Amino acid sequence: MTDLTRLASGPAEDEPRNLRAVEPTAFAGVFTREITLFRRVWLSTAFGSIVEPTINLLAFGFGLGALVSSVQGIPYIQFIGTGTVATAVLFASVFAGMYDTYIKRTFRKTYDGILATPVDVPELFLAEGAWIAVKAGVFGMAPLLVAMIFGLPPSWGMLAIPFICFLTGLGFGFMGQWFSGIVPSIDSFTYVQSALITPLFVLAGIFFPLQGLPQWVQTSAQLNPLYHCVQLVRNAVFGWEPMNDLGHTLALVVFAAVMAALSIRVLRRKLID
Amino acid sequence: MTSSPTRTTPVVDQTVPALRLRGVVKTFGDLRAVDGLDLDLFPGTCLGLLGPNGAGKSTTMRMLTGQAIPDSGEIEVLGFPIPQKSKQARARMGVVPQSENLDEELTVRQNLTVWATLLRVPRRHRVEAVGDAMAAAQLVDRADSKVQTLSGGMKRRLLIARALVHRPALVLLDEPTVGLDPQVRGDIWTLIDRLRSSGVSVLMSTHYIEEAERLCDDVAVVSHGTVIARGTPAELVGIHAGVEALEFFGPPDRLARIEDTVAPLGFATRRTGPSVSVLRAEALPQHVVDDLGEGSRRAANLEDVFVLLTGEKLED
Repeated sequence: MTDLTRLASGPAEDEPRNLRAVEPTAFAGVFTREITLFRRVWLSTAFGSIVEPTINLLAFGFGLGALVSSVQGIPYIQFIGTGTVATAVLFASVFAGMYDTYIKRTFRKTYDGILATPVDVPELFLAEGAWIAVKAGVFGMAPLLVAMIFGLPPSWGMLAIPFICFLTGLGFGFMGQWFSGIVPSIDSFTYVQSALITPLFVLAGIFFPLQGLPQWVQTSAQLNPLYHCVQLVRNAVFGWEPMNDLGHTLALVVFAAVMAALSIRVLRRKLID
Repeated sequence: MTSSPTRTTPVVDQTVPALRLRGVVKTFGDLRAVDGLDLDLFPGTCLGLLGPNGAGKSTTMRMLTGQAIPDSGEIEVLGFPIPQKSKQARARMGVVPQSENLDEELTVRQNLTVWATLLRVPRRHRVEAVGDAMAAAQLVDRADSKVQTLSGGMKRRLLIARALVHRPALVLLDEPTVGLDPQVRGDIWTLIDRLRSSGVSVLMSTHYIEEAERLCDDVAVVSHGTVIARGTPAELVGIHAGVEALEFFGPPDRLARIEDTVAPLGFATRRTGPSVSVLRAEALPQHVVDDLGEGSRRAANLEDVFVLLTGEKLED
């Protein structure tokens, strides 16, 4: 028999301090939970997130690469290799945000449990979004490594790519969370995928440059966060364009901030009666 | 009260009520789920919220953790106003939800460690805290088993252990044994009883009479979002249902005849499946008892109280 009285002696030592701000302790708690879970499932998650973009890269790189030797002076396999980084980031972040968040909220009731501990809604979803972004930062490097095997020369700028991927993953992870709070059922994600994710992905300059397309397509690409990610990644590899790159970064920062706000707002409404 | 040598033992202030609710109202559209609820839980006692499904018990529990915001009224948990200082209160309370939401892919130990982190057990005490919680729930030998391999009773014990890992001053248990086998239910009761004896304040919602009778120092009978009676189980039975009931089994026409006989004399009856019970039977004149024919006497219980007070049945 154990001594239950040892359990029964009062509050935790680490007091919640500030009610309004995002507390590092609460954030770290949720983040740690994600890491613990990931250690159980890392293989399957990593497999899907890395293999799919790699297949894209190889199929387009070699298939289309046989017809198109170079784009904008860049060998096609290198053009597509840098572009596919964005695909990997998109897949690793938006789907994790949508499906995982939806499942944890509705089927597993995970959030009801966490919100009964000293963790508030913003801390919960900012921490989960940050974790998604970390994974996106890592998985985004896979296509780059494959492209390097096929002749992409290493460059110092590549060291910036995990951060570009993190920033992009942050926005798309929060976007996924936001969608998880507005869809009526998990089946509705197919509409999101077809009507929104696919166009974003096709019109981001991953597979072909947008320069040849009508002006309105090029203009609307400015509203596509994935386009900014693709441009930043290519510039990191093939040469920075400081003013443009500042603009691309700013666009990704604004995207992440807006999506975080929308996600917290809609999920708070769903979780707090 | 003993404590481990390495973990500090803050003293719970015995003068501050663990819970204090005044005139709490919560509506969902047209539904008044909680309708002017007043409630006090004194430190170191176990209060049972007894009521049928839909009485507002779970909504009340959610308001105590800031997961539902009342429309009006005052709530204090461990002296903290809710929802304003909900987070401070949550750091000192443990919540056992009705539906199991453990991390199935993780082991028992990992589940508890994650929760110890969320509940702010300092890093240097986490291993010990997890060990204590596993010992309390008798899960030490399953420490490294994944949750998905545990039985229903073990999962429920883990769910309770998870709420104790930070040594809370107050524990909320929402229908702790719903859907469990009688044998397993007994194990959970033992755990809750030991928790209460160790000085933790407990609020437990239940619609099982036996659970309330065995575990609660105090029972609040809840119906349509408000407390309609409050007292120890024995007081409630004594005041509202007397000493004993006379229970008759038989075909419907016999049961109807019994009801028709005692109703004019001012005696309440209640039907349970194929039987009818005449309440406060100790006061029945002997000639009436003789007229009624063969029946069996049993002690009055909380369910009698509940039916008398609300006209509703508890168990579905």
